[in-house]
Amino acid sequence: MLKFVSLLLALSFCQGLQHNNIDDYVEAEPVFEASKYGSLWPLPQKVQISEVSFKLTSSSFRIVDAKASSAGPSCSLLQSAYRRYYEYMFGSAKKQWWSKNNRRSDPSDLSELQVWITSPDSECDGYPSVTSDESCEYLPFLVHVMFYGGIQSGLETFSQLVFEDEYGAKSINAAIINDFPRFQHRGILLDSSRHFLPIKVILANLETMAMNKFNVFHWHIVDDQSFPYLSRTFPQLSEQGAYHPYTHVYTPADVKMVIEFARLRGIRVIPEFDTPGHTQSWGKGQKDLLTPCYSGSKPSGSFGPVNPILNTTYDFMAQFFTEISTVFPDGYVHLGGDEVDFTCWKSNPDIQKFMEQQHFGDDYRKLESFYIQKLLDIVTSTKKGYLIWQEVFDNGVKLKPDTVVHVWIGGGSDKEMSSVTAAGYTTILSAPWYLDYISYGQDWQKYYKVEPLNFEGTDEQKKLVIGGEACLWGEYVDATNLTPRLWPRASAVAERLWSAKDVTDIGDAFNRLSLHRCRMVERGIPAEPLFSSYCPHEYKGV
Amino acid sequence: MSVVTSGRYTFPSYNLVFFIFLQLGLHSVEGVWPLPQSITSSPERYPLNPQAFYFTYGSQSAAQEGCSVLDEAFKRYFSLIFPDYSSGRFYNQWSFVDKPFTVQVSVGRDDCDSYPDEDSSEQYTLSVSAGQASLKAETVWGALRGDYSICKIYLKSTDFPRFQFRGILLDTSRHYLPVQAILKTLDAMAFSKFNVFHWHIVDDPSFPYQSRTFPDLSAKGAFHPMTHIYTQSDVGRVISFARMRGIRVLPEFDSPGHTQSWGKGQSDLLTPCYSGSSPSGTFGPVNPILPSTYKFMATLFKEVSSVFPDSYIHLGGDEVNFSCWKSNPDVRAFMLKMGFGADFTKLEAYYMENIVNITVALNRTSIVWQDVFDYHERIPKDTVLHIWKGLPASYAAELSAITKAGYRVLLAAPWYINHISYGQDWRNYYTVQPLNFSGTEEQKKLVIGGEVCMWGEYVDATNLTPRLWPRASAAAERLWSDEKQTSDVDKAFPRLQDFRCELLRRGIQAEPLFVGHCKHEYQGV
Repeated sequence: MLKFVSLLLALSFCQGLQHNNIDDYVEAEPVFEASKYGSLWPLPQKVQISEVSFKLTSSSFRIVDAKASSAGPSCSLLQSAYRRYYEYMFGSAKKQWWSKNNRRSDPSDLSELQVWITSPDSECDGYPSVTSDESCEYLPFLVHVMFYGGIQSGLETFSQLVFEDEYGAKSINAAIINDFPRFQHRGILLDSSRHFLPIKVILANLETMAMNKFNVFHWHIVDDQSFPYLSRTFPQLSEQGAYHPYTHVYTPADVKMVIEFARLRGIRVIPEFDTPGHTQSWGKGQKDLLTPCYSGSKPSGSFGPVNPILNTTYDFMAQFFTEISTVFPDGYVHLGGDEVDFTCWKSNPDIQKFMEQQHFGDDYRKLESFYIQKLLDIVTSTKKGYLIWQEVFDNGVKLKPDTVVHVWIGGGSDKEMSSVTAAGYTTILSAPWYLDYISYGQDWQKYYKVEPLNFEGTDEQKKLVIGGEACLWGEYVDATNLTPRLWPRASAVAERLWSAKDVTDIGDAFNRLSLHRCRMVERGIPAEPLFSSYCPHEYKGV
Repeated sequence: MSVVTSGRYTFPSYNLVFFIFLQLGLHSVEGVWPLPQSITSSPERYPLNPQAFYFTYGSQSAAQEGCSVLDEAFKRYFSLIFPDYSSGRFYNQWSFVDKPFTVQVSVGRDDCDSYPDEDSSEQYTLSVSAGQASLKAETVWGALRGDYSICKIYLKSTDFPRFQFRGILLDTSRHYLPVQAILKTLDAMAFSKFNVFHWHIVDDPSFPYQSRTFPDLSAKGAFHPMTHIYTQSDVGRVISFARMRGIRVLPEFDSPGHTQSWGKGQSDLLTPCYSGSSPSGTFGPVNPILPSTYKFMATLFKEVSSVFPDSYIHLGGDEVNFSCWKSNPDVRAFMLKMGFGADFTKLEAYYMENIVNITVALNRTSIVWQDVFDYHERIPKDTVLHIWKGLPASYAAELSAITKAGYRVLLAAPWYINHISYGQDWRNYYTVQPLNFSGTEEQKKLVIGGEVCMWGEYVDATNLTPRLWPRASAAAERLWSDEKQTSDVDKAFPRLQDFRCELLRRGIQAEPLFVGHCKHEYQGV
């Protein structure tokens, strides 16, 4: 289904940029200038900003449900979004004490923002899904949201229009904004296996994702190095496979907290349980799951990918994914399927025998396909759709038509997009957005310049590209450096996935992104700088 | 059992019952970084009881109770050794413990109220046995270098730095660093035994130093005149915080280039650039032809030398762009008058000579970037040259040339840590061989140390700490420890991983080296 978010914001803007009087010293690199779009990020689809401005006073300003809105105070999702954005705009109640006492509201103040939800069915307690419509309209001081999916982006855009003048007062210019995302799947991958990520860091990044209108948290939760997911059905997986069975695990309550925190921000949580490779940590708690490798005629003591020839493997997977389907409410699960190393399978005489029986010859890709197909059937029976890394498609595994193929291999990813979509599968792109690869300088520009639909194919094929993901793999990343490494570099990806195709002016992007990054810093997120400059409110959380 | 020697000193062998640390005891002293010059330890460990753990001064010690530097250090180390105790989460698990454990510290000189300087000895001897530890050092600065948190192992260690100057450069001009971020860095520096904070305090983008004499410099040249400046009391706080950790604060006021921000608050300081026959409205480097320039500089450096107690001042002198000078008719006329021809390096030399002479008159040693040596050689012999350019081959040649000319030198080129890349680049910083250049023994002695530079184009308080640590610690070991004992980067890896976890435990947000975990993960954002 199309996701069409139209946020029609009638508001103002413009002089708001003067607060960031970054000096005009000359340096070879980009020089900040105020963009006519202020600090909007990602840039909405249609923006008109007028010169008329209004004051916002923390003591009198309210975000309220419009009379006709189908949702009211009983919708906690809405109410907590109102409070969050109120605090972003005015700071916490404590900080407002002065302004409360020192400034009275006057008639030219903007006193309220009305939120009008028109969809008749109350989705207030639901989860954002692949078909969530993120659309909303903004008429003067009325966010007109057709579906709940639009709330997050509508309020975020409103808050981005608010600026602080040189006296610290908050103002907003009248504007009309009509907004919707270009792609429906806009994700961030975090890897909690190479390094354990404390819940607090995950939540802070969900928070930042919402500021950037990302809507999918791809949780690469387990891998070779550790298995921090505490399974109710198979608790020994994390008992044996986590870095530490108590301090380095995600309990069911933790997972629930992440999912709810994400839901309130319109973010889907898609867990990835990657098999048959990348599973060393699984083997510690689940006997006979992994293939014993042989050296000559004897087991070498080491283990390879999941053992595809045993019925017990599939019994285990069926139980395990049944649990996953109940714990994670999203309609999709990521099943991995990447980088399967065949050497261990090749070394194992039982596997060789099985290959013979199945007439696979020497083609171990067929064995991999055999495994994956059985796994896909299992997951299908839990009523979930799935995403898989591109190798599964490359190896010719039979897939359901609604499978999402995740393109990650750099170099030739355009050809891959071509063939995946030619085969009729939907796809998401990550290859150009491996943010764990760092380099000196403004590499955000590289991410920004990517055009996901830049491959050979028909219009029909292009429609099958449902979005992309920025991946922050964890070999060199943990809570100490995750946030500044991810932001604002991932923000570049956010705009590429949200804004119109022709939003490609890198100079204007620099100007808006500089302000956007300062806004993230002001909201307590240690987003790193783009280049020499300053923020009015520097990061204080050292 | 073994003689541990370093390049520059030799110590007698200890006839001890302990294992030789390097071969056998490595894991019993995990997280010790940088590696001491000599350490022998037993594999035995024993618990320390916070209720019966004391620091005392030896009866022969020149410093006694009331020595601020050591009293403060005892407090700090107590909290590091017993983090739960200080945070109030301590429970009486050791209340039954009987025997007290005493760390007795003795120093040969009462330099408690002084500042560490270039000649301060940092040597110390630490020995730990049943119920007691003894630390002996010539100076209080040496006493600070002993890591008391390893007292839970019987050991004996004699330790001293390979190089006298082990610095970190922070750049507070390209981004303003809140004082808190600087103090945090000083804390972490002490853990890696760095002893010089090179404060690149001003540059083109901003002038955050609030001068007593020229307040307009920051009022007009800082990013913001109130929120993005270092007041005199901020600077004082940084200096005293550093002193407590045995760290010198070396200020850099870089000129004549890198001075765009100075011009905002000091008219006529910078050279007006010309386009054709009229001023273009832009400005170039400091104007070297006006007497007012030198008067201003003399006054400013007089203030600087009274604010910063260190005997060194860094004068910069790098990357001077001549195009503006060339465009200016007055400058050209001056060149003619002075007989410089068209060689603008001579004009730069003329300027630098004048500036160096100002600091000489203030009784300060100048450090200048290598450019000053490259372009001219009329600089006082006690000037220190600071190498920042190039690949190993080229900095080795520069080391050779500078030391051959008889100047002392400081190496930063291989440690531009603001340059990041994917993977374990700490290995590159670790495997640097600062003395691997052609030259005599005398020449090698002129290499006074090295410096890790964190330039600020892409760095502010949001990412400074994880970008700096533990990558800078790799350089710290190169500058402190014996090169032969620490030549194997793979052997260093697990020890550095342990040390990184120890930094986390001590509240330093140090990034991971590779996959894995720490017992106490960083819990912030």
